[in-house]
Amino acid sequence: MRVDSYAFLPRSFRAMYAEPPRVAGHDEPVWAPFEKRLAEAKVALLSSAGLFVQGEQESFELDRERSEPGWGDPSWRAIPSATAQGELGMAHLHVNDTDTMADHEVSLPLRALDALVDEGIVGASAETHYSVMGYQATGLHDWQQSTGPEIAARLRREDVDALVLAPT
Amino acid sequence: MPVLARFVEASGVPTVTVTMMPDVADWLLVPRIVGVEFPFGHSFGPAGDPVVHRRVLETAVVVLAGATSFGTRVDIDHEWPTSRGEAYKSWQPAAPSPIVQMMLDQRGTRSASADGEDVGGVPEACDSPRGVGR
Repeated sequence: MRVDSYAFLPRSFRAMYAEPPRVAGHDEPVWAPFEKRLAEAKVALLSSAGLFVQGEQESFELDRERSEPGWGDPSWRAIPSATAQGELGMAHLHVNDTDTMADHEVSLPLRALDALVDEGIVGASAETHYSVMGYQATGLHDWQQSTGPEIAARLRREDVDALVLAPT
Repeated sequence: MPVLARFVEASGVPTVTVTMMPDVADWLLVPRIVGVEFPFGHSFGPAGDPVVHRRVLETAVVVLAGATSFGTRVDIDHEWPTSRGEAYKSWQPAAPSPIVQMMLDQRGTRSASADGEDVGGVPEACDSPRGVGR
């Protein structure tokens, strides 16, 4: 079975997504081999749902996007692995947040990852997981200059072996 | 998001991307891809369905650890439990995003569902459409 990538887009929007322009410098394969046993590996999650820890972190900036529709907040949030259901907020103007707020696992499956660790399938859940807000300005300058390097540095600092990304 | 996956991969940390648009991820040279035919905003499945969340995540880590070459893609054969129209409506935000509102204002476009029928919502563009970065 092959997934229909445009199943949930209106027909008039499909042309905007099919074969979009590649960002400068991202036109060659990149590959980091996975060399550990999965049962010994520490895994982190990254969601683009615009998640943040309520009461501890600022929401992603939405007012500026409302006044500048071509701009999206390029910052990121560190989500502790022990974050419980109900502790996350979601700031993303392009998707309905009802289901992720009702069940964070829809976008950031921390408990599912814990279960894989408990069963010995994955070695460990990273201390920190991540969220960005997926709607970004053309060129992705800030993601390339700050968000990407900062997340990569933190992954290395916490000895994370692999990252599961989930675009919203 | 493909840019972040590629950036982290280039830094030496292997990645896998769980996406509703695997064709687009493939085109944008994402190293490892798990495709799901779920409405946007539901990367790991429906709310309250831990079996599906677990299945998607376990597939992702198996692909992560087992893929032997760039461009590996595995699509998950799981049908969304509601009709296409209901699923479409389930991911639409309560109000159109600023960029979509601007486009609608410019085009004078009516809203349309995934099958071309008006479902009373607004055709939203998740993450970023063409011309705006991902």
